[in-house]
Amino acid sequence: MSSDPVQPPAPSHPSRPLPPGAMALAGVLLLIPLVALALVPTYAKDGPQLWGFPFFYWYQFLWVFLASGFTWAAYLVIARARRGGDR
Amino acid sequence: MNALAAGHGVNRVELGVVLFFFVIVTFGGFLAVRWRRGESMQSLDEWGLGGRGFGTFITYFLLGGDLYTAYTFVAVPAAMFATGAVGGFFAVPYTIVVYPIIFIFMPRLWSVSHRHGYVTPADFVRGRYDSRLLALAIAITGIIATMPYIALQLVGIQAVLDTMGIGGSGNTFVKDLPLIIAFAVLAAYTYSSGLRAPALIAFVKDGLIYLVIIVAIVYLAVKIGFGGIFDAAETKMKTKTKAGLPTGSFIPASSTYWAYGTLAFGSALALFMYPHSVTAVLSGRSRNVIRRNAAILPTYSLMLGLLALLGFAAIYEKTSVFGQDGKANAQLAVPHLFDQIFPDWFAGVAFAAIAIGALVPAAIMSIAAANLFTRNIYREFLKPDATPANEARVAKITSLVVKFGALLFVLGMDRQNAINLQLLGGVWILQTLLSIVAGLYTRWFHRWALLAGWAAAMVYGTVIAYRQTVPNATTTLVNGKPKVTVHGMRHFGTSLADFPGTNTKVYIAVTALLLNILIAVVLTVLLRVVKAPEGTDATEAADYYSDAPSKRVAVAAAEATAGVEGRPA
Repeated sequence: MSSDPVQPPAPSHPSRPLPPGAMALAGVLLLIPLVALALVPTYAKDGPQLWGFPFFYWYQFLWVFLASGFTWAAYLVIARARRGGDR
Repeated sequence: MNALAAGHGVNRVELGVVLFFFVIVTFGGFLAVRWRRGESMQSLDEWGLGGRGFGTFITYFLLGGDLYTAYTFVAVPAAMFATGAVGGFFAVPYTIVVYPIIFIFMPRLWSVSHRHGYVTPADFVRGRYDSRLLALAIAITGIIATMPYIALQLVGIQAVLDTMGIGGSGNTFVKDLPLIIAFAVLAAYTYSSGLRAPALIAFVKDGLIYLVIIVAIVYLAVKIGFGGIFDAAETKMKTKTKAGLPTGSFIPASSTYWAYGTLAFGSALALFMYPHSVTAVLSGRSRNVIRRNAAILPTYSLMLGLLALLGFAAIYEKTSVFGQDGKANAQLAVPHLFDQIFPDWFAGVAFAAIAIGALVPAAIMSIAAANLFTRNIYREFLKPDATPANEARVAKITSLVVKFGALLFVLGMDRQNAINLQLLGGVWILQTLLSIVAGLYTRWFHRWALLAGWAAAMVYGTVIAYRQTVPNATTTLVNGKPKVTVHGMRHFGTSLADFPGTNTKVYIAVTALLLNILIAVVLTVLLRVVKAPEGTDATEAADYYSDAPSKRVAVAAAEATAGVEGRPA
């Protein structure tokens, strides 16, 4: 007997873990923005400037777009691995 | 456009525009009860999670409205204005790295919560570790971290009211009346519509915010150019204060790399431990709703970054930050900048955006706190045989209590107290990470070890934060010149402290988390050795990646029976 406060409803859409290859690829895609922004010394500098923005500022703005792209790519990798079984 | 000296009259145009949007939002809030209506509002799944059926689009606005609060919109540029990049711009990497992180673990929390009907993160911990005490610890941490956050939303509204010329003098009651009315109305429609109300209002809020930011940035780019803005900021930040230190940081120096990085990552890890974030995620229809949102929500981070730059723009424009009370308050930087650069009617739109921006998260936070109280205190300890209808009723009343508590807090105490407590809230909420996130992957940690690690880190973080003293300075205008008076020192001056044994400043929440993990690991090993009882895990491996289409009927039915049986006496 479980002591769970709520009994689970019947699984109506069983799913399975991802294939290891897809999982690893998605993991790497997600890790890239984290590593890039964790390395503060690589971007805490003034130049080169862009449209008056010091490097420190425009580089982080750039990562807003890049991180979004990497995350979307990870989503596509996972969705494809599930072959549309996961929606 | 107004003279910004203290004591100018009420700006009727701005006030009129704000009232206009407030009325629209109020109608929306009450009508939301009919929106995407479920079987009945008499359960937490309906009232507290909007029926668990929101798709990608609605979740985008709901989470955006929830995470990027009015206080954020006021406080981030205020920090940029006052002390520069380390205190303010870290919000950008913070809100970038948060999404890859939640992409990884939030779908697992969604799945297990969906399978077991969990409404709060503490529900999950209860099921996973079979520990009422650990679940209570998680629930209480969530509630006490959320309360000051709600209070700060009111502080955001106050900044706008103050700018419009309301709230300076006169007796306390009249001064605060607009705030009381706004919150009473908010409380009323949250009570009746639950999570659907902020979900619907979030569309208005986000639309207005996007509009205002885009207009402000285009105006600044064309009128001034970013070069000039950055130059003005650099000059200010490098100017030495009387103590001989730079005013702030324009670009983090090598001594603050760790501070910048740990603030960004610590805050990112903490964000989705807050009950209101979890509530918004669990209201999603499927795992992919979360994943898609992790990819598209950074649009808000872009906006937050641009907004942060408005703090620098206020430096360029030499915006006055003296409030109606004659005291300098950096949080007035952006509202005053809007007042200064926009015609009155558009400044009104901007203020409406901020004020409504406070209502959405305040509603979701009070719902999340109410869910926690209802599930993990009321049903767990007070009335184990509560029906779903009982739960919904208790949660609705709790949401009222929570909001009025926050209102009293803001009206009765100094604003600084709310800010201090919110800083502490960030430190506290991160200490629930280990139980929740590690629990999504492994049952290795012992429940008592997690509890001990949590308790030690809560005490440690609170004490260290308390010890960070800064001069308690007030700046007033005397004969048109700023005059600084210092009244001793005040506690909770910063969220940074030396990492033990070093001179490197790091975010206190991160140090406390490391202590938390260390204690939990050591004690788990010890408790294993003495074979302490581990409890029964109510979940199984498949629960963590299942993706069921929303079966609200099944969930409700399961709850109706489970409320009576299937639980220990």
